[in-house]
Amino acid sequence: MPLLEVNSLTVDYQTRRGSIRAVDDMSFTLKKGEMMGLVGESGSGKSTLGLSIVRLVPSPGIIVAGHLEIDGISLLDASEEEMRSIRGKKAAFVFQDPMTSLSPVKRISAHFVELIRAHEPRIGKEQALLRAKATLMDVGILPERIDDYPHQFSGGMRQRIMIALAITLNPALLIADEPTTALDVIVQSKILDLMKGLREKYKMALILITHDLSIVLERCDKILVMYAGSFVEYADSMELHTNPMHPYTQGLLRSIPNVELADQKLEAISGSPPDMLSPPDGCRFQPRCVNAQERCRMERPPILEPEPGHFVRCFEVKE
Amino acid sequence: MIKTRKAILTRLIPSLTSLAKRGSAGWMVIIGLFISVTIISMTILGPWISPHDPTAKLVNPPPNPSPPSLDFPMGTNLLGQDMLSRVLSGGSIMLQVAFLSVLFCFIIGVPIGLLSSYAGGIVDKTFTLVMDSFYAFPGLVLAIAIAAMMGRGVVNMALSIAVVYVPSYFRIVRSQVLTIRELPYTEAARAAGAKGRTILLHYVLPNVVPSIVVVATVNFADAILTAAGLTFVGLGVGIDVPDWGWDLTKGRALLPSGAWWVITFPGLMIVLLALGFTFIGEGLSELLNPRLEQ
Repeated sequence: MPLLEVNSLTVDYQTRRGSIRAVDDMSFTLKKGEMMGLVGESGSGKSTLGLSIVRLVPSPGIIVAGHLEIDGISLLDASEEEMRSIRGKKAAFVFQDPMTSLSPVKRISAHFVELIRAHEPRIGKEQALLRAKATLMDVGILPERIDDYPHQFSGGMRQRIMIALAITLNPALLIADEPTTALDVIVQSKILDLMKGLREKYKMALILITHDLSIVLERCDKILVMYAGSFVEYADSMELHTNPMHPYTQGLLRSIPNVELADQKLEAISGSPPDMLSPPDGCRFQPRCVNAQERCRMERPPILEPEPGHFVRCFEVKE
Repeated sequence: MIKTRKAILTRLIPSLTSLAKRGSAGWMVIIGLFISVTIISMTILGPWISPHDPTAKLVNPPPNPSPPSLDFPMGTNLLGQDMLSRVLSGGSIMLQVAFLSVLFCFIIGVPIGLLSSYAGGIVDKTFTLVMDSFYAFPGLVLAIAIAAMMGRGVVNMALSIAVVYVPSYFRIVRSQVLTIRELPYTEAARAAGAKGRTILLHYVLPNVVPSIVVVATVNFADAILTAAGLTFVGLGVGIDVPDWGWDLTKGRALLPSGAWWVITFPGLMIVLLALGFTFIGEGLSELLNPRLEQ
């Protein structure tokens, strides 16, 4: 049984100028302990998808259809009370900006104690602190610094603390929304490797949301590509790397700089993402697609599975 | 008890010296603290250090009012009372009123601000409308009206001042909550499974407190002025209690005859006390932010 099952999930933002379908008919599954990279451009709905998994889509967003299941629990039927115990304990979240994700007036210890005791009220303060220190050690922060305030840490250290907070309750799933975008490249790769290591130690599944395909290709087991709120391609990362089937994925892969092809001009996907208030008919990608045909403009391609475990939303592939 | 007092002292002294290192804002707080603490302790010790009974009449044989002299360094008033003694203990009512009104504002304004902004919708709209209409009144006039309605007494004065200042607390708290509840750390708390109440009390409130403390000190300075104003127009506590506000009222009539000392010294005290607390407030507003502490 998969740990996470997302089925035809659809999320709308009701704005004054009309309804925006931020996540459109999204389906995928994730097994226990798997690491998935969720890749897409800005505004492709990847963060919204991540947040909707813990039912925290910011207003005016609402989940309008679909089915969500973590560990056999149907999330869309859960009460708000049940959701609270799921958040943090089953599915934890790490946000993009480590500089503002910790309350500036609270010591690190207070963040930990509060989190642990909110979910396990029977744990005493001393015990919670011990656990917090052990987790801090795991993310490479000196446990002695537990009584410091957030401003006394650097950005990379704060992101480590955020990760420690997220994993201290040993969640089955960790969702990290662009955890390294605010950090420099060297710290970025350290944090990503740390998360990969922690995933093995804590035996949790990990969804890494990013706009940078290159950083997830080498680290993740699976890659899910999104475009304009819509499912594009989902496969093992090796498979996706060697055998990309969707023209968008192919374009993304070609646009990764490669030292061996240094003398060639880097390819880019022409055009820009659509206005989500009036998305193109048919396939979302067709206005920018090099292989677009009449059919692509008329109707939406279904999600096909040309190879076992390799899903693509495109008419071009043969099943 | 002694141990904790020692702990407070050992923390207080370095924090004072560190204040001095924090530039002009730090010095403002130090000066403000110095002025306020001096006046407050002077008022508390007033009954013991006054050379005369501040309410005893004709301690100086007529003619009264008499100008400052060696026996009466601040002169005497029309009733022959020693102005120095009156200045020493005349802050008592004003300070009580100011402290109480700040307390009332805190108890009323902060929870309403928190709830209203966090609940949002019609609740928020209603509270904002009510508070804004209070805010639209000229403060002193409203305070005078309420004080006149409720009658004399320290608590009543404090309440009437509180009514005027609750909207400032409400506004500050509300605007801060609206900002803070959108900040990533409250979102992070929510994503970690925190309840609405936990977020409000443990994440939003502590981050609002610095702003409230600043409003409170400014409110304190204003409350002193308003209390003086209330007493000045005759809505203070009884005439037999020494009070700078009363001395202003009575001294005003004497000013044309050249008796400047009756009105100057109490007036100076009011100004100094208000200045002290304004300094604390202004300084703290720059300092009370853990992010700036580096």
